[in-house]
Amino acid sequence: MSTTTIEIKTALDDTLNSDTDAGKRSSVEVTDYENRQTVGKITVDHPKMVCRNVNVYYGAKHALKEVGIDIGTNEVIAFIGPSGCGKSTFLRCLNRMNDTIVACRVAGQIKLDADDIYDKSIDVVQLRARIGMVFQKPNPFPKSIYENVAYGPRIHGMVNTKAELDELVRASLERAGLLKEVDKRMNDPGTSLSGGQQQRLCIARAVAVNPEVILMDEPCSALDPIATAKIEELIDELRENYTIVIVTHSMQQAARVSQRTAYFHLGDLIEVGETDQIFTNPKHKLTEDYITGRFG
Amino acid sequence: MNKPTPAAAPAAFSRDIKTIVNAGLQRRHAAEQRFRWYGLTAISLGLLFVVLMFANIIGKGYPAFWQTYVQVPITFDPAVIDPQGTRDPAALESADYAALVRAGMRRMFPNVEGRTELRALYALASSDATYELQRRVRQNPALIGSSQEIWLLASATVDTLVKGNIDRSLDETERPIKDNQIGWVDKLQAAGKIEKQFNTILFSSGDSREPEQAGIRGALMGSFYTLLITFLLSFPIGVATAVYLEEFAPKNRWTDLIEVNINNLAAVPSIVFGLLGLAVFINFFGLPRSAPLVGGLVLSLMTLPVIIIAGRAALTSVPPSIREAALGMGASKLQMVGHHVLPLAMPGMLTGSIIGMARALGESAPLLMIGMVAFIVDVPKGIMDPATVLPVQIYLWSDLPERAFVERTSAAIMVLLAFMVLMNGLAIILRKRFERRW
Repeated sequence: MSTTTIEIKTALDDTLNSDTDAGKRSSVEVTDYENRQTVGKITVDHPKMVCRNVNVYYGAKHALKEVGIDIGTNEVIAFIGPSGCGKSTFLRCLNRMNDTIVACRVAGQIKLDADDIYDKSIDVVQLRARIGMVFQKPNPFPKSIYENVAYGPRIHGMVNTKAELDELVRASLERAGLLKEVDKRMNDPGTSLSGGQQQRLCIARAVAVNPEVILMDEPCSALDPIATAKIEELIDELRENYTIVIVTHSMQQAARVSQRTAYFHLGDLIEVGETDQIFTNPKHKLTEDYITGRFG
Repeated sequence: MNKPTPAAAPAAFSRDIKTIVNAGLQRRHAAEQRFRWYGLTAISLGLLFVVLMFANIIGKGYPAFWQTYVQVPITFDPAVIDPQGTRDPAALESADYAALVRAGMRRMFPNVEGRTELRALYALASSDATYELQRRVRQNPALIGSSQEIWLLASATVDTLVKGNIDRSLDETERPIKDNQIGWVDKLQAAGKIEKQFNTILFSSGDSREPEQAGIRGALMGSFYTLLITFLLSFPIGVATAVYLEEFAPKNRWTDLIEVNINNLAAVPSIVFGLLGLAVFINFFGLPRSAPLVGGLVLSLMTLPVIIIAGRAALTSVPPSIREAALGMGASKLQMVGHHVLPLAMPGMLTGSIIGMARALGESAPLLMIGMVAFIVDVPKGIMDPATVLPVQIYLWSDLPERAFVERTSAAIMVLLAFMVLMNGLAIILRKRFERRW
């Protein structure tokens, strides 16, 4: 852990423990609760994905309102916010998983490397090979560990020979930190692993197709603290090669793993900024209330 | 926060509660006990009737598996069957073996004279006896010129008598067998020339006017071909329809209408499908009447709704997390369904299909409409040959008056029931074997 992280942790603990100087923080610029304009710098220098004016409707319900944000290359950005604020919905927009929900309608512009992903000419199958996803509850296929990781490369035709496939599977499992544990039992069913191992298998599976972005929807919420720590270590290592967007309920986790954080509230993107700034010097009152635990 | 202390209950109140509850307690327990007894009685009654039904059927049908044979001394007189001495197979096929049978019967009872008496004597053997001799000579021409004791099939009336199903006390005019015939049979039995052998004819020959020569092979092969066509048509189409309706079709008013229609079709009386088959397949398309192809088409129309409904239920039971995982990897919808959802749903689909097949096996009403009610003697060799099916064969035999057909009807019912138990057993085994826990 770097010193910055330790500093954030202590600063965060201080913030959480003091409920006396609420509203008196000098960094808070926007004190009006009704002002839902995004505060903070949403752009980055080398964005991997650019989202502007994203609105999502579930039938008549307006679930996400005018969200605009950049996601930088090779960074970990965390989406935080109370339950039902739309962070998972927004995450699923990024790889068009909301297409599977019949009543869901997405408006706005989301670009991956200058391609609008909602354009008619984009093949969603190819998009999902470039943007991988890890879900909240580990969901390995009811096949062997080897087959789980091999499925993606096989259907996309990434390898030609069995030897290449073996190599790719081993490399992916290595990258997910799972190879040592499953090396002797590649043909065991994926469901025979423990919860933490299953989630790492899902990460290996996502990594095997060599995506550019990995979306993680509360990947550790179903895991114990030790498994969680392993996954957070993994996220730090993966950052070198992939862009990672992680939705999390735990502010401490966001503080530990991410470089930037975005705070959502009831469908609005309230604030975006560097992680340490968000947790120590939030600019919006709503953000401050959330991180101090006034609601959650 | 302090824990609230419970208020002390007044002594008079607590005594009342106990007695009040006690008073009603007996009534409540008694009601539950009564309900258990009702259930137990219902189950016992049900089981009793099942046992009675099986006992009745097996009791009536079991004797059909044993057939009476008479041992007759046969001389393969070359003067009768091979006068030219050429051993020409064509000539041997058309030789007069009936004369040999008659000669043999006369040898057994030399004192019988007069045309009426002799005719009664010859009637003791089945007409199959002639074909039996023909078969033996065809297999072994060296028999010509020899004398052998041959077991020949007895007629159905002799068979019924030997099994004790003819009331000897009745007046002669009220029985199918005459007094002189009874006398001869008794003499033969005393001499040990009457024997019951296993009835292979039941399984090896088609239908016949003579009960002793009637078998279910024609109906069995007809049922087999019909079910084969039914399975080949209804399973792939049913599975594909279930997959399409469940995974790919848009959810709007039209698909709702289709779903309601399919559910209704599953409950339509089967004879309506027979009328449909008659009008469309036979009248409009001109397919041959009474062919297993048409029967299979009609039955597959009937089985399709069942398979579709079972298929949709099986597909719905696959958890959405597996679908999301596959889609998230970049699998196309067809790949997701084909590689992940369908294998997991297949056991449920198979079970539903086998149950649908078992129901189709027992159907007779729709097949009667398309003509599978004719008297078919030859065993069908393909799907276009005229055929009948087992339930229809049972229906035809149950109409016939001979006592020997009564026991054959029950035997055929036993075979049909055995097949249904087998198919349902297979469905249960498949279901247990493929049960998974996510």
